[in-house]
Amino acid sequence: MRHATKIVALTSAVLLVAAGCGSKPASNSGNNPTSSGKKISACMVLDTGGVDDHSFNQSSYAGLTAAAAANPNIKVSYVASNSQNDYTPNLTAETNANCDTVIAVGGLMYQAVATIAKANPNQHYAEIDNSNQGLANVYGLQYNTAQGGFLGGYLAAAMSKTGKVATYGGLNIPPVTIYMDGFWEGVQYYNAQKHKSVKVLGWNEKNQKAGTFAGSFTDLNKGKTISDAFIQQGADIIFPVAGGTGLGSGAAAAASGGKVSVIWVDTDGFVSAPQYGKYFLTSVTKGLASSVTTYANAVASGTFPSGSYIGTLKNGGTGLAPFHNFDSVVPASTKAELAAITTGIENGSIQITSPSQPK
Amino acid sequence: MTDSGAVADDAPQEVPGTAVEAPADPPVVPPDSGSSPRSTVGGTILVTLLAFVTALAIGAILIAVSDQSTRDASSYFFSYPWDTFSRAGSAIGNAYKALFEGAIYNPHTAANHTAAGYLGPISETLVNATPLIVGGLSVGLAFRAGLFNIGGQGQIIMGAIFAGYVGFHWHMSAPFHVILAILAGMLGGGLWGGLAGLLKARTGAHEVITTIMLNYIAFFTLAYLLSVRGFQAPPYGQAISNPVDGNVHLWPLLGSSMRVHAGLLLALGASAFVWWLLKYSTLGFKLRAVGANPFAARTAGMGVENSYVTVMFIAGALCGLAGVSQILGTNTQITGDIDAGIGFDAITVALLGRANAVGIVFAGLLFGALHAGGSTMQAYTPIDLVQVLQSLIVLFIAAPAVIRALYRIKATTGSSGAALAKGWNG
Repeated sequence: MRHATKIVALTSAVLLVAAGCGSKPASNSGNNPTSSGKKISACMVLDTGGVDDHSFNQSSYAGLTAAAAANPNIKVSYVASNSQNDYTPNLTAETNANCDTVIAVGGLMYQAVATIAKANPNQHYAEIDNSNQGLANVYGLQYNTAQGGFLGGYLAAAMSKTGKVATYGGLNIPPVTIYMDGFWEGVQYYNAQKHKSVKVLGWNEKNQKAGTFAGSFTDLNKGKTISDAFIQQGADIIFPVAGGTGLGSGAAAAASGGKVSVIWVDTDGFVSAPQYGKYFLTSVTKGLASSVTTYANAVASGTFPSGSYIGTLKNGGTGLAPFHNFDSVVPASTKAELAAITTGIENGSIQITSPSQPK
Repeated sequence: MTDSGAVADDAPQEVPGTAVEAPADPPVVPPDSGSSPRSTVGGTILVTLLAFVTALAIGAILIAVSDQSTRDASSYFFSYPWDTFSRAGSAIGNAYKALFEGAIYNPHTAANHTAAGYLGPISETLVNATPLIVGGLSVGLAFRAGLFNIGGQGQIIMGAIFAGYVGFHWHMSAPFHVILAILAGMLGGGLWGGLAGLLKARTGAHEVITTIMLNYIAFFTLAYLLSVRGFQAPPYGQAISNPVDGNVHLWPLLGSSMRVHAGLLLALGASAFVWWLLKYSTLGFKLRAVGANPFAARTAGMGVENSYVTVMFIAGALCGLAGVSQILGTNTQITGDIDAGIGFDAITVALLGRANAVGIVFAGLLFGALHAGGSTMQAYTPIDLVQVLQSLIVLFIAAPAVIRALYRIKATTGSSGAALAKGWNG
């Protein structure tokens, strides 16, 4: 025992010596560039999962830090929630911390937001994934990702060689199934237009209770198991809506040797999961970061937006990421059709029926 | 340790073979420390305190290591070591100060001279402690009967579903409604726990396995219910339940500006009940006998199987009460994580409280304080560190030999972990 302690102590000492040999950097105070204008602080209350969840929290906070990086007048901070018990105390703490705006990340805290916004009418709030609930001091940010999913579904149907495409979710909850609805509708639209019968495995918008779900947003192995089963059934394009679980689909695509490709979700997978970049046909994006940045910039310029923002194809709140490696593979005709569908959705000539769309 | 004291009081009735809990009366007690049970309590408190201090010390190192500016300074440690120490010192100081301010007393908010300013942190501690205390009682009670209840999560979820459903679907006058919702929550949890007890009694299925599986079933049942119209809140865009009626809210104890609610009284009542049950009731004696040695208990004519079902029903009902506190007190709507990790934290609370009612109340308060302080502490250090801190405390308490070795304390108590470890092979 004593011997072991000595070894540990010695090792730590050696490591310290090795690590601590640098010299003190010259102090560089007064490097404040010409920052004029009012300083504002934007504070974020994150949902459960932590700031590095590779998904919702991370994208939202990335939007805030991007705004701060571009504008030195914006000071940002966040508090994380361990469970739903923390919503109210976190919102209260940020309200008391002299934040110019408090951004609640997550539609599940809508009641906590409404309560605190009514109690503090002079404090500005924003809530992601929920409407402003009719409150003047709340700005709602919502995303109609069914529109992006629709494009993804159409593309998948057009690119499938086997006539079977698949999708699965992390949990059967509306923010997930809205993507799957859009994907399913996109495939049906392709079938109607081209008189084909491409099949969707794993989801059917008409039957919201059924469908394939991993039960996790982190379990990569589960994602691979589900994807392998889809591939067995003949699917060659898979759209996972399951956060980190979806990486299992990347692994399954890699194992297929390029016969199977994946459509990533939320962010551009070619950038966020580059290890499987060459298997990503495209990604259906949710413009969390960009809309949060826009909001923070508006606040910094002194105008607090009111009402609700709904991210659509038109305003870049959802859409398809670039094709990257598949750019030369996707036919020009398909690209043109996607552009036409985008216009159709924007001007309302193509109606999306997903029940999970923000209203 | 009141635990062994209680057994000693019952000594005449003791079933042969309950040696596990029998106090090994210490021959090495200092002569002036009074009767032996008292000194045993003192020893346990000392070890617990030292475990706490040791955990804080290790936590301090982790805080320093995880602090970016300290790490930056350590790269030139040998040319200017003071920077490393001062930055580490301020990181540790800030973090622990924030922990204290979040859990006990915050001079910044107190400067507002409002009740919430003075008592807010204590209120937060109590809010967090409430479900942990009842959850801890649930696990502790099962421990004493030789069962390891890992099903807290499922039982809390079921309790919340039952209480929540009564709370938002039925409408009636206030006192009946709240009482009915509380009872419904306890029934929900009780049935879920009792099911595990029944499976053990009838088929011998190990409760560790069945309760874990029942956790999954409860979790996904809730996930399903959160997509069902009538349970899910309109406009059906989120996985969240309808809010419960105003008249089933457990009333706030310190005014509406603070969150501490009447669930705390329920939790204290439950502790008194469990204490009475284990110390004075025939049923409690039976449960402890079964926990200490089921074979001896059976020989003595006790229905071992029946007591498994009974204790798991009561344990489940206690967790159901934690669910009630979650849905009628702290929150008003059910989401997927209504259990908030309490089902598992309850195991540590029960271990820390040595599976006895009074100990669990204090352990629950300590964990409640750590939870409450943790959310303010995260301004300085990753919130995960708070969980590491809790785990370290439990680790040292579960391994008292380490603490005794570290501080050269002579062993004065019998192995207090033995009763708890029984759960694994019961």
